[in-house]
Amino acid sequence: MAEESQNKLVYAGKLGYSFRRHLHERFIETFLFLSAILSVAIMLAIIAMLLKESIVFFRQVSIWDFLTDTQWTPLFDDAHYGILPLISGTLVSSLIALLVALPMGTIIAIYLSEFAPFTVREIAKPFLELLGGVPTVVYGYFALLFVTPLLQIIFPELPGFNLLSAGLVMGIMIIPYVSSMTEDAMRAVPMNLREGSYAMGATRFQTAIRVVMPAAFSGIAAAYILGISRAVGETMVVAIAAGMQPNLTWNPMEPAATITAYIVQVSLGDLPHGSIGYQTIFAAGLTLLLITLVFNIIGHLLRKRYREIY
Amino acid sequence: MRSVKSLEEIRRIIILHKRWDLIFMITGIVALMIAIMTFMALFAHMLIDGLPRLSWEFFTSFPSRRPESAGILSAWVGTTLVMLVTAVAAVPLGIGSGVYLEEYAPRNLLTEIIEINVTNLAGVPSIIYGLLALGLFVYQLGFGQSVLAAGLALALLILPVVIVATREAIRSIPITIREAAYALGATKWQTVSDHLLPYSSAGILTGIIIGLARAIGETAPIITIGALTFIAFLPPSPVKDEFPFISFEWLTAPFTVMPIQMFNWVSRPEEAFQLNAAAAGLVLVVMTLAMNGLAIYLRYRMRKNIKW
Repeated sequence: MAEESQNKLVYAGKLGYSFRRHLHERFIETFLFLSAILSVAIMLAIIAMLLKESIVFFRQVSIWDFLTDTQWTPLFDDAHYGILPLISGTLVSSLIALLVALPMGTIIAIYLSEFAPFTVREIAKPFLELLGGVPTVVYGYFALLFVTPLLQIIFPELPGFNLLSAGLVMGIMIIPYVSSMTEDAMRAVPMNLREGSYAMGATRFQTAIRVVMPAAFSGIAAAYILGISRAVGETMVVAIAAGMQPNLTWNPMEPAATITAYIVQVSLGDLPHGSIGYQTIFAAGLTLLLITLVFNIIGHLLRKRYREIY
Repeated sequence: MRSVKSLEEIRRIIILHKRWDLIFMITGIVALMIAIMTFMALFAHMLIDGLPRLSWEFFTSFPSRRPESAGILSAWVGTTLVMLVTAVAAVPLGIGSGVYLEEYAPRNLLTEIIEINVTNLAGVPSIIYGLLALGLFVYQLGFGQSVLAAGLALALLILPVVIVATREAIRSIPITIREAAYALGATKWQTVSDHLLPYSSAGILTGIIIGLARAIGETAPIITIGALTFIAFLPPSPVKDEFPFISFEWLTAPFTVMPIQMFNWVSRPEEAFQLNAAAAGLVLVVMTLAMNGLAIYLRYRMRKNIKW
């Protein structure tokens, strides 16, 4: 009898302990879950914050004016709120950047993944990674004080602030992102596909272009999309080197402002919280977020549609 | 069917194709060289302009209207404090989130939403985080243009980097480790904290360093929250003479950071200030390169030493 009750006590003690242990586990799991759900909360907070201020903005400015007016002068007495000049600046600088970054990044990735000897790859990869780690403000300095004077030797009439040098430097800056993601995608293609291609008598170049690249298409698309969102969202290079004058132009030789540069310009001044100037940066930010979200969704669909599973 | 080609013809085709191989290989080397040369030019240009300005005084002086006596004291102190806040906020949340997604998360819609969302967050331009911090931290929560607001903004920015690094590091640990731990009666958290986290610590650390290196150079979000650019004083010291010896007043102090100081100098027309910008840029680049280099080295060691 006594022995049995003692056993029960032991069991009870163990059960109690295990209950505490269970509680501990649940507590930790809850903390981990909360930190994971935080990323969703951040996204929602970003959207809510941009929408909240933008709605106030759009009560005073019609969306039609916002999208079609060709002047962006919210801080002048004669205020115009047309986003087009900012979008043209963003598109021109991004386009130049992508014309540099996508071909160069792809060529470097193909070279490193399919052609380069082991040692070259081992040295070049970390080097490119370091290149991607340089702060953007430093690239802005470089564009303004090195690349622009260099370009002015070739094009003497080029103004000190212009979209061309900002775009070129931005392109160089994005190369590492594009090349490292593209290379990862190509290296993930199984070796036997290459061996099959070589066995058919294809050269390395033919194998790279016609076998490896199509097989790695979804990863390469993801790399390109990332490059595009980097270019569209890049701030400091254009703010420093392209001037901050909103200018509806498609000519890269002119100074212009991008959406991001405008936000920087307003933030540098001292705008009171709640004024229409304060709200314009949120409306501009919302436009920027929508542009990048569209590209992200395209990227997601491309990845889903063309994913190859080996 | 095409007729069988003569041997000469086949040889010619082979030579032609091999020539394309060679042409592409040269193109690849040239492209790589252009990228590397650009970096060299950037570094050399900054070195030539900035090196003469680097002295002990440059690190111990406040910014000034006279370029020769201006320094980066408030900038590097500000950067250090902001990074402290960023690390304290981003590291536990990032690791927690990574562990949850990799070890705990059930396969359901919510998990998928979280995963897609982390990818999307990584693609959100940094200036948007600045707008979020401006609206939420500076005004809604009333932190003002402070070290705390800036540190939290950058923490949100690097959170996806830490999450992805944690997930990759944990994923590379073989399932046998987990099975062995469970077989000995370990709970899930015991398995994670005693085995998975220690074994993946090098990978997670790499991610944290890369994230912080990115945060150090970020300018746009900090400009957006309206950080002042001319700060000729230091935030209150975190250590005090009297009990309780630690003060958190610095969290709410105004501040400036290295990239803001550099941007401020670059945007001035006087050439002397641009030399200062070069010197500040040099310090900034050396700092980020050192951190990235450390991360690359850690990863290299890890790959060499760990064989499951």
